[in-house]
Amino acid sequence: MDGLPIGLGYLSVSFTFGMMAVNTGFSVFDALLISMTNLTSAGQFAGIGLISSGAPYIEMILTQFIINLRYALMSLSLSQKTDGTFSFLHRLLISFGITDEIFAVASGKPGEIGIRYMYGLISIPYTGWTLGTLTGAGFCTILPDTFRSALSIAIYAMFIAIIIPPAKKSRPVFNVLMIAVALSCIIRYTPFLNRVSGGFAIIICAFVAATIGAKLYPLEEVTK
Amino acid sequence: MILDYVLIMAMVTYLIRMLPMVIFKRKLENKYVKSFLYYVPFAVLGAMTIPDIFTSTSSVYSAIAGTIVAVFLSLKEKGLLICAISACFTVYAVEFLLRFI
Repeated sequence: MDGLPIGLGYLSVSFTFGMMAVNTGFSVFDALLISMTNLTSAGQFAGIGLISSGAPYIEMILTQFIINLRYALMSLSLSQKTDGTFSFLHRLLISFGITDEIFAVASGKPGEIGIRYMYGLISIPYTGWTLGTLTGAGFCTILPDTFRSALSIAIYAMFIAIIIPPAKKSRPVFNVLMIAVALSCIIRYTPFLNRVSGGFAIIICAFVAATIGAKLYPLEEVTK
Repeated sequence: MILDYVLIMAMVTYLIRMLPMVIFKRKLENKYVKSFLYYVPFAVLGAMTIPDIFTSTSSVYSAIAGTIVAVFLSLKEKGLLICAISACFTVYAVEFLLRFI
């Protein structure tokens, strides 16, 4: 059930993606194929832009690498939280489904996580992502703007619900959070720095904030 | 042609996610590395949420209202779904009201 709010949020994002893709000249099938094989919002939006402008392959590789590099950090973090049920094959499959939101929910769950939980968590958002793309691309009609606008805050509200309770209880977590938020705002609103791509900015913020956190407040016994 | 691009996109995205998950099977022992990884989720989510949340809706006022509601409810530990739905309703309501101002 933890996957439900993610799935709902994905509907609106992938709906937009589907519409954009078709508007840019992709077929419904192409849009669907991209969504089903990539499962990454920012990467896909950047991807259709690059494809339609006929960018060289190397630019596609670099762009996807930078935008999605944060997944490596998330994957690494989650790999430490897995229990004994994660075989090699399961790891291969599960890693496909690591997105910002799925990572957020999985890492917010207390204790170790099992393979069944992960499959359950990933299946609803994946379905939502696919269905949203299909409907967005297929109908290419527009929801009332107010409706879309309201849905688009859902993902962020969920993030807030994940990070605030632990930050309330732990001073170090609160401080790390504040450092990351401050850095993120600085990068966004400083001339020149704001040219850094969104995915890369997140990596920088998270790396710096978590490093400071680890230096200032190393945990004797990491209780997750 | 498009299929080549899609294949490249998918491969790069997948490898980024898959390699760390497969390589780091054993639990890490280093205290600082463990602490670092413990703090990463909060830092990632914080940086992703702010300031992006304020431009996520069609009006910065509705976004601020939605944010306040989400923060308030999560301080009360109301859970993900309640928080997300309430924020959506707030945004919808504020944008509805804004049309009359």
